[in-house]
Amino acid sequence: MATALKLKELYKKEDRLTPGHRLCAGCAAPIIVRQILTAIDEPVVLANATGCLEVSTTIYPYTAWDVPWIHTAFETAASTISGVETMYRSLVKQGKIEDRGIKFVAFGGDGGTYDIGIQALSGMMERGHKALYVCYNNEAYMNTGIQRSGATPLGAWTTTSPVGRVIPGKPRPRKDLTAIAAAHDIPYAAQAAPHKWRDLMKKVRKAVAANGASFMNVLSSCNRGWRHETDQTIEVTRLAVETCYWPLYEVEDGEWKLTYRPKEKLPIEEFLKPQGRFRHLFSEENKHIIGQLQTGVDRKWRKLLERCGEEE
Amino acid sequence: MVNPNAGWKEIPWGGKIVEAGNAREYETGSWRAQQPVVDQETCINCLECWVFCPDVSIDVKDGEMVGFHLRFCKGCGICASICPVEAITMVAEAEAEGS
Repeated sequence: MATALKLKELYKKEDRLTPGHRLCAGCAAPIIVRQILTAIDEPVVLANATGCLEVSTTIYPYTAWDVPWIHTAFETAASTISGVETMYRSLVKQGKIEDRGIKFVAFGGDGGTYDIGIQALSGMMERGHKALYVCYNNEAYMNTGIQRSGATPLGAWTTTSPVGRVIPGKPRPRKDLTAIAAAHDIPYAAQAAPHKWRDLMKKVRKAVAANGASFMNVLSSCNRGWRHETDQTIEVTRLAVETCYWPLYEVEDGEWKLTYRPKEKLPIEEFLKPQGRFRHLFSEENKHIIGQLQTGVDRKWRKLLERCGEEE
Repeated sequence: MVNPNAGWKEIPWGGKIVEAGNAREYETGSWRAQQPVVDQETCINCLECWVFCPDVSIDVKDGEMVGFHLRFCKGCGICASICPVEAITMVAEAEAEGS
């Protein structure tokens, strides 16, 4: 019997990510990782691409992982977990080890997933390894000091899309990696956010139960890079979902399904306002970019509703 | 634990860390500028703070939220901001120590 998704039950489980890690105060990444590892009842083996999560949890000679964990290069979390999963399957088949129902999970940031690791991820999904790849997506290279990535939204300030006379923040929109993953026809792909912890945990359970590769893209606020107060981490991801900037949905065997629909779709400004990385957009000369962001969100939302067979 | 000053002949191959979860030995509580304080009368033990704490610093015993692991709490204030009944407040570290 799987542990019920009730906090009164879940808190009794052993912490697979320990305190004493050195991620920033108010970072969303450890919240997401804890939710994911708490949702899985089976033993796990993890691979972690280079990034904030890897660096800050394993400062020598300490490790905050109480489960088998492999650090791998920026681009190879998906290939590492593919190899581990294949070796396990082979050893079980040869009768050299017992099948203990181990679940294989890879973690990468948006830099290691959207940009540097996309080839390895695509390969893992196409080959159909029985592993879950999780992108904790904080929308820039935060570990190295807030450089723009393929996940950085239009108009956002980063140190490599600086706001000034030449450009008003990032000139290009982000790519839609969840849709790219779904286009691989894998059994399970989903988008989640930590404020909806039960929705996130349900998705994790479906993902690790899938007969093949699965992918989850989880929005992970970074208060250093997004420029908001450290206590607003959960609120800001809530606003991302309520504005439909970050819709919560899943694609199961090709079927698209919305897992949460805001009662009232909030204007994109509600998500932008608390964040310093968008502050310049509220000046007179940049206001049109907010319009472009809203148009982009509306267009993607309509498309998503259509794919999910929902009415507008 | 491996001595951080050990030479290459003494450390495990590949720079492996062989003690799982030994970050528990590392205190991050000193990072804190403000400290969470809970009003037990108001708290409804919903444990939302437990699921949203980035630092595994909510102390839960027998299904009840009984306080904070201040050895690790970095004082981000997420617990106070998400508490549905506003049972948690953040106070300046110096004030909390004085009290």
